[in-house]
Amino acid sequence: MAEVTKMIGKAIKRREDPRLIQGRGNYVDDIKLPGMTYAAVVRSPYAHAKIKGIDVSRALAHPGVLAVYVGEDMLDINPLPAAWQAGGVKNVAVTPRALAVGKVTHVGDGVALVIAEDRYTARDAVDLVEVEYEPLPAVVDARKATEPGAPLVHEAAANNICMEWECGDAARTSAAIASAEVVVKEEIINQRLIPTPMETRGSLARYDVATGEFTVWMTSQAPHVMRLLLTAFVFGIPETRLRCIAPNVGGGFGQKIFCYADMAFTMWASRKLGRPVKYIEDRSENYKTSTHGRDHVTEVELAGTRDGKVTGLRVKTWANLGGYFSTIAAGIPTTLYGRILTGVYKIPAAHCKVWGTYTNTALVDAYRGAGRPEASYLIERMMDRFAAEIGMDPAEVRRRNYIQPQDFPYDNGLGLLTYDSGNYEPALNKALQMVDYQNFRHEQAEARKQGRYLGLGLSSYVEICGVAPSAWIGAAGQGWGAGLFESANVRVHLTGKVVVTTGSLPHGQGVETTFAQILADELGVPYEDVTIEWGDTLAAPFGYGTYGSRSLAVGGMAMHRSAQKIKEKAKIIAAHMLEAAPEDMVFENGRAFVKGSPDKAKTLAEIALQASLAYSLPQGTEPFLDETTYYDPPNCTFPFGTHIAIVEVDPATGKVDLKRYVGVDDVGNIINPLIVEGQLHGGIAQGVAQALYEHGFYDDEGQLLSGTMLEYAIPTAAMLPWYELEHTVTPSPVNPMGVKGAGEAGTIGSAQAVMNAVIDALSHLGVKHMQMPATPERVWRTIQSSKQAAD
Amino acid sequence: MADKVRIRMTVNGLEQRGEVEPRMLLVHYLRETLGLTGTHIGCDTSQCGACVVHVDGQAVKSCTLFAVQADGSSVTTIEGLVKDGQYHPVQEGFWEKHGLQCGFCTPGMIMAAADLLNKNSNPTDAEIRHALEGNLCRCTGYQNIVLAVQYAAAKMRGEPVTGAAD
Repeated sequence: MAEVTKMIGKAIKRREDPRLIQGRGNYVDDIKLPGMTYAAVVRSPYAHAKIKGIDVSRALAHPGVLAVYVGEDMLDINPLPAAWQAGGVKNVAVTPRALAVGKVTHVGDGVALVIAEDRYTARDAVDLVEVEYEPLPAVVDARKATEPGAPLVHEAAANNICMEWECGDAARTSAAIASAEVVVKEEIINQRLIPTPMETRGSLARYDVATGEFTVWMTSQAPHVMRLLLTAFVFGIPETRLRCIAPNVGGGFGQKIFCYADMAFTMWASRKLGRPVKYIEDRSENYKTSTHGRDHVTEVELAGTRDGKVTGLRVKTWANLGGYFSTIAAGIPTTLYGRILTGVYKIPAAHCKVWGTYTNTALVDAYRGAGRPEASYLIERMMDRFAAEIGMDPAEVRRRNYIQPQDFPYDNGLGLLTYDSGNYEPALNKALQMVDYQNFRHEQAEARKQGRYLGLGLSSYVEICGVAPSAWIGAAGQGWGAGLFESANVRVHLTGKVVVTTGSLPHGQGVETTFAQILADELGVPYEDVTIEWGDTLAAPFGYGTYGSRSLAVGGMAMHRSAQKIKEKAKIIAAHMLEAAPEDMVFENGRAFVKGSPDKAKTLAEIALQASLAYSLPQGTEPFLDETTYYDPPNCTFPFGTHIAIVEVDPATGKVDLKRYVGVDDVGNIINPLIVEGQLHGGIAQGVAQALYEHGFYDDEGQLLSGTMLEYAIPTAAMLPWYELEHTVTPSPVNPMGVKGAGEAGTIGSAQAVMNAVIDALSHLGVKHMQMPATPERVWRTIQSSKQAAD
Repeated sequence: MADKVRIRMTVNGLEQRGEVEPRMLLVHYLRETLGLTGTHIGCDTSQCGACVVHVDGQAVKSCTLFAVQADGSSVTTIEGLVKDGQYHPVQEGFWEKHGLQCGFCTPGMIMAAADLLNKNSNPTDAEIRHALEGNLCRCTGYQNIVLAVQYAAAKMRGEPVTGAAD
């Protein structure tokens, strides 16, 4: 029998690309509907102000303007929902409305909506709307917001506290710290970042007057969830009255998971006007009003012994939630942060307390890694601090505290599910070997003699991928308002062609290619015969979408399960065709046959034809090969690895030159190495960018000083290194494919590698810590102040 | 609103005539009037380069040019890069080397890279990175974009190239 070419594990180029490299993609702003109108938003220039009055008359009189609406006009719809709150505690969740009513809480808050015949006219008319504001004092810092006398963002939230949450064992941790040989303390700021997908966000809503049904094309990572939230919570209409379509989505990084005002106001206005309404943010609006990420202020203490064992970790974090509660805002700094703070280490006592606070800034929610980069940055920075304090090599300190292979499944005591599998030391060893670690230390010492500052930074990380198990996330105390399974339907058509519809929502991850590779192998059909469809709530079964590195481990598994069901049914039909007993049948490489008689087989195409014609089927068997799975995994997956950055700091200018970047990642089994490398590259780039360049910065009045791409330093090609990547492979026991996930690992592993390297480069000057980003100015100032301290 | 102005230009080899507001940006003319939506808009400060097209053979950010300024010009957009059913070597390089993920920056990135290779047939890594500084990508971390441009450069010089697995 001919050998079937296996697709899994092959670095094939992506099937998504031909349309994208020819400019034939279909992004929301590319869609034009008959009678379509354009929306533009009047936005607050103040961070905090009362709205005293809005005069729309001049705007309304402007030729080409169809309507101008204010917040009070839209009181017939509800505020946006809060889908994931901090678990087990009270949350004062004040969510945004489609437009602000009475008061604005951040710069860019929407105050009025202009609808016009074309884009330019809508923008013209925005300037004709006159809004009278009474400015109020503003607060932008997460911790300062809780201090007495701070301006109050929402009356309902005393001291601006939305929620106060904790995990771990407070008493044991206090005891560990009190009795420790060594305690290192630090204040660590994980600065605000702006996710910046290259496509900004937007919505195009159409209301069908005849049927009362909406269709919304949206830049979304989770159209099914948007459908549910917009109908059941915002509009109070049956879920079936809305169809959500996410066509090509130009990057998301978390920012496109959430429910946004523009989804609601385009729907509302399209119903009011009886014409389609399109709203596309410009970049400045994206920076001011779509969600940001990170923004933690943390006080941390790590306790240990002189011989390098960590004995306790105590963390207090003030997490900035911004001017309102975004869709899953409070889930990020709690479940996805606090519960994984001890990282790859066996730390016997840990405790984390989090205050989620309102400030007069843009809303903060999940951004690539979502809580896990903040956690791994914190522990990895502190491991270096500890190593320096006891005078031990940072690699050795890590080695002495790793969770060991025999410890899995591992319970970290912080209320997380158990880590599925891991073997941390080989990844460290491989990374150290790649940079020739001992030799580097020698080079570094020599360089210092010449006045050159070389530094090496280590980062050993673990993360939570395949974020799903509904029974966990929905358990009492976790705060989530939904499940997190994923769906897939697999159909083998009459002609033998296979169509998959998935609830996953790829927006750059190459899911069409990866999924087709898996299914081609599973069903033994040509790769070209498999089509993957997604993005339309009318076409795909209900699914939760793409985020939390879950497309493969959850969505891919749903498809994998459907394929098994297809094979089972194929065997029953083939048995009937061959006049054999179903229990004697096997299915291999796309053919069903009686065990031991592979030469008398029925191909999947022949079986599909039989199933589709249905002239002769076994009793009780329905026509067609068509199987749907809603897959809910028993656990998350926990990829890990070690990253190393090598930098040289210019003592005169403070400029950091990232000379080498090495990563050894273990993402479980790999379906397409080309795609996995790509995901890691992009992830690392975003972590490097946090360490060296990016800062979503507000002044004390709440003005966003990094409000355009002129000020917010998205790195260019010349600002990023080559990535030297290797892998170890520890298959996940959670799913039969042994896959874990790779979408966020790079980001979670990288920022601390770079910062540890920068601080290592300056360690001989007595520098112990520096906040991100390590811009030339900040590094230069750090060098100067350490020199002064030494004088 | 100022009176409309008559313009005429060749876009991807076809002559286009029309009347536009003097303030209309070339990118909006291409996208909204001509329906060539392959050229994208990713910012409002001429930073991102998603809108790069060729005007008379030069790479230009079409968000930074009024349509009237391109009057009488010959414009090539991403849709016009395929010749006789064959990908431009830069398009091929992006596909072979996984030089794109979400694809949003890709048209501008490809147009800018093609412009570089018109001027420099054998750029170094540093020259490629420098030439693409006006084009932002948030997905790839740029390494595979550099490899894609190297692939295209080698192919255009008639040298052997190695693509992806299939």
